[in-house]
Amino acid sequence: MSFLGYPRPKGLVGARNHIGVISTVACANDVTLWITQQVKGCAPFLHGQGCTQTQPDLDQVTRTLISLGWNPNLAGVLLVSLGCESVLVDKIAEGIAASGKPVDKVVIQRAGGATSALNQGTQIVKTMMIEASRIKREEFPDSELVLGVKCGASDATSGLVSNPATGAACDLLIDNGGTCIFGETTEFIGAEHVLASRAATPEVARRIMEIVSRMEQRVNAMGADMRGGQPTTGNIAGGLSTIEEKSLGAIAKAGTKPIKAVYEYGERLQGKGLFIVDTPGREPEFLTAVAAAGAQVIIFSTGLGAPQGFPFVPVIKVTGNPNTYNRLPDHLDIFVELGNGNSIAEIGQALYQEALAVASGKQTKAEIIGYGNFPNIFTIGPVI
Amino acid sequence: MNLKQKVIILSPKDNVATALADLKTGDTLELEVDGHKKVIKLGADVPFGHKLSLSRIEPDLPVIKYGEIIGISTAPIEPGDYVHIHNIASARGRGDLEGGAK
Repeated sequence: MSFLGYPRPKGLVGARNHIGVISTVACANDVTLWITQQVKGCAPFLHGQGCTQTQPDLDQVTRTLISLGWNPNLAGVLLVSLGCESVLVDKIAEGIAASGKPVDKVVIQRAGGATSALNQGTQIVKTMMIEASRIKREEFPDSELVLGVKCGASDATSGLVSNPATGAACDLLIDNGGTCIFGETTEFIGAEHVLASRAATPEVARRIMEIVSRMEQRVNAMGADMRGGQPTTGNIAGGLSTIEEKSLGAIAKAGTKPIKAVYEYGERLQGKGLFIVDTPGREPEFLTAVAAAGAQVIIFSTGLGAPQGFPFVPVIKVTGNPNTYNRLPDHLDIFVELGNGNSIAEIGQALYQEALAVASGKQTKAEIIGYGNFPNIFTIGPVI
Repeated sequence: MNLKQKVIILSPKDNVATALADLKTGDTLELEVDGHKKVIKLGADVPFGHKLSLSRIEPDLPVIKYGEIIGISTAPIEPGDYVHIHNIASARGRGDLEGGAK
């Protein structure tokens, strides 16, 4: 099977042809957003990090921003910096330039303030967008597809229908030589032994146990029962009683294939197959990690109806809850119905076809209504 | 989900089932549990997507779904009882307990 994608340098393939306007620090978010409002086809990346944090977190932010710039759905990148932040805009620009794509920057304090920076940035992005508009979609084999999978606002139908169906789509992609990314380490708690048994090597199994233990220790350090935070109040109302129950349902979305490697948050993955990225399950931080890893398309399984997309990666919303599908036409792309003669494998096949259609240009609900402009970057230490 | 069955049991090892419809107190379910026919009378309402017990579960024993432990019972649970946060607790992510785990 195949899809129509945009050729990029370094052999990468994009599902979208945006110019990314990426803020390097929370203080540059306003100008970043304004620039994207001037030029059609731009996508903002806003976040709350980039300054007055400890070095491990600053490194994580820098790494994440570079990896986001590499995402093949971007034809070019403009970085918007304040000028005095802790992360270094030139280092980030250099990291993204290695992708072979055009990269430029605007620095608010050097430009003479916000309106001057807006004008400067808008001129740069206009030129980049006109150049990008000349790139045409070409046919690529589905082995070039990089799919992220996620579940959120889960209820009991997630673990029964939409997660296993998403998993069946993942299995198809891996069988066809493609790449699938999952994470949500908090939602491995209680199911880590099942994932570790699927690790491609003993080292990968050790890494799976390590990231789960690390996440659980961070939770326990707060001295409270995490129920209410995980599972969320909504999950509990939907019938999920414990994190173990939520996790065992959640891991079904990544299918049944061997897990080839575990990546740190913000790393760009290399090679093909099924991979884990260590990230919490919360949407703003998770979607960023998967975009940074290199996903062109994300399948998002939901029971209660999660609304968010991502600025430059299409997010396909799928639910097995008929009430949610009927109540939230703004947000849900696909209803997957078990019964009526449908098997999980058949539903997975339909989801896979949808992922290829979206990779080829079909718009998702979140893209159409522009929901998803406020992601974030996961950091661990304090703001200082 | 348009299913004829009212509950689903995900693994033969499970001691709970998941409701596929809003079930009411006194409803009687004829189920096949691990190859044996079993009649369960509901002791409480069980909403769509929530769980009911298939057997007696003593306090501090594992509650099993997907063939795996999803938590520990905190009260005696009878067959047909509603099973949720009032009678099962997580054993993980328990920063409130000594050592972080039950």
